[in-house]
Amino acid sequence: MTSPALAAGAVERHLRARRDTGRGLLMPYVTGGITPGWTDYLRAFAAAGADAIEVGLPFSDPTLDGVTIQQASETALAWGASTRRILADLAGARPPGQPDLGVPLVASTYYNLVLHDGPEAFCAALRRAGVGGLIVPDLPVHEADELTDVAAAAGIELVLLASPATPQPRLAEISGRSRGFVYAVSLMGTTGERAALAASAAELTGRIRRVTDRPVLLGFGISTPDQAREARRHADGVVVGAAVMRRVLDGAGPEDLRAFLATLRQALDQECDRPR
Amino acid sequence: MRDVLQWREPVPLGGTMGEPRARGRFGEYGGRYAPESLVEACREVDEEFREAWADPGFRGALARLLAVHAGRPTPLTPAGRLSEALGVRLYLKREDLTHTGSHKINNVLGQALLATRMGRRRLIAETGAGQHGVATATAAALLGLEATVFMGERDIERQALNVFRMRMLGAEVVPVTTGSRTLKDATSEAMRHWVGATGDSHYCIGSVIGPDPYPWMVREFQRVIGDEARGQCAAELRTGVPDYVVACVGGGSNAAGTFAGFADTPARLVGVEAAGGAGAARGRLGVLHGCRSLFLQDDDGQITQAHSIAAGLDYPGVGPEHAHLRDLGRARYVTVTDDEAVGAAVRLARAEGIVPALESAHALAWVIRAAGDGDLPAGSTVLMTLSGRGDKDVSTLKELL
Repeated sequence: MTSPALAAGAVERHLRARRDTGRGLLMPYVTGGITPGWTDYLRAFAAAGADAIEVGLPFSDPTLDGVTIQQASETALAWGASTRRILADLAGARPPGQPDLGVPLVASTYYNLVLHDGPEAFCAALRRAGVGGLIVPDLPVHEADELTDVAAAAGIELVLLASPATPQPRLAEISGRSRGFVYAVSLMGTTGERAALAASAAELTGRIRRVTDRPVLLGFGISTPDQAREARRHADGVVVGAAVMRRVLDGAGPEDLRAFLATLRQALDQECDRPR
Repeated sequence: MRDVLQWREPVPLGGTMGEPRARGRFGEYGGRYAPESLVEACREVDEEFREAWADPGFRGALARLLAVHAGRPTPLTPAGRLSEALGVRLYLKREDLTHTGSHKINNVLGQALLATRMGRRRLIAETGAGQHGVATATAAALLGLEATVFMGERDIERQALNVFRMRMLGAEVVPVTTGSRTLKDATSEAMRHWVGATGDSHYCIGSVIGPDPYPWMVREFQRVIGDEARGQCAAELRTGVPDYVVACVGGGSNAAGTFAGFADTPARLVGVEAAGGAGAARGRLGVLHGCRSLFLQDDDGQITQAHSIAAGLDYPGVGPEHAHLRDLGRARYVTVTDDEAVGAAVRLARAEGIVPALESAHALAWVIRAAGDGDLPAGSTVLMTLSGRGDKDVSTLKELL
């Protein structure tokens, strides 16, 4: 039997290796095309100690996103953002011969944009742009067959989401079929900043841990160092989206975001130094 | 504009509008493309609906509510003067005469009963023209439930009377300020809200869209239109079945309910869309609001905004079963313009003494055009569903006429 770690793709190998050193994983999110020079944010995220970066391909009807990501998507689309342009920007941000970001990129978008060019062409385009993973929040595991093999063949790790409402047998299927990591949705709600980490986060990550040793990242509502620290007690790391994008929408530049993410990085590092 | 799609001849045997295939599929359309947080809630609705629909007690309770509260059965009205002028025999299925003034009440009473059976205490709904919102507010009041209705800001402006009616019935109306501020965005916002409220609330989708089981369930609750009309046609027409069955299509619920009564007959089915919201006639394959179907999109795959004078047709897609019926050639989907619809509304008012909703006027506009250009052969019998009454559109019409 092949060990899951050996069979894993590049994103998962990278995250497992970092996790196994005891590091809390940090995956910040940016909406592609949010500003003309948006790829500068990627370099700032990497400099702040991101372990992976989620790049949103904006969709006109983001039904699982709260107001911040909705606004970010609208803004990017108004700038003329499209899947094609964002992927071209990404390819341009890592020209041949230049040092790589050193951080895997994970695209996230709604299924309509995947279907638009067809799953094969879509995954091939991601691969050419240097993207290693893909998150599709409106593609639940029972509808994922059409994309799973195509993504795997293109070298794209399809990340599946688990929710507090997911029953245990289904959670086992999601954890088994997810690639890269398991995206644990911390609460029953949309993306967006919250005052506190939801109680459902600990329960869900506990249930995922019982069925997989894949990295588990908690997302939705994680916006402060304290919340990141608390999330780290349950999961391998955090996804931070709305808290980043609210700052970007308010005019914060790459350097401001580097400083903000550094506070999250520090919180995650402190938490893993603590005796557990 | 000429319509490109035709029926297949002879009328294909498939597409008889039974239960969808495994995983909620109508051909390649449908499915349950819901965020993981809603998948379990959809499964619960599916399970409960299957049980309820097989339960004579539930069916009886719904039939009684439809009779004593909603005023069913609705009549089949021969449109005498208009028929004579058009050279066809036109019959109107009068959903405008139901309580609350449109077919929406049929589905809402079914879902509200289902919600009480599931122990839910609140209904969530989206609305465009406000007819589904009013029906939801009505059913909630009748059954002692709360109602929260999401409505685009733009629709709130043009359908002020319906907003007032909903509030008077005790519903909370939440303005939606994102995107095009119409039905599409109200639907997105209702789904977002449901994600955080699955424990105590039922999402009462108003059309044959959304994740499985909604397209199927809503069609079944609307089937009463087609079943009644089938019986009425059998009694009224020498041929027993009309040559043509016509209904307007936004998401497509009144058309689905009407077609369901005639899918296994030789009747030719015609869905009439707004020229600015023609998901079936001009959409391409996509996924939105939980289902795989045909949607209006730009070259980058972004959903484009629909534009129609009829708020209820202002949806950039069409229900998955309509997409399937189109592919099969079992139904044909055509479009009419705002002007044609307004003209048809006036003509029905003056010829038959009925002021139709602008949505329903689209169906009539096609009948008038097709009778004029020979698309509808002279002497054909035509059943048209008059899905709603026009009171809500009077202020819109007043501006135009």
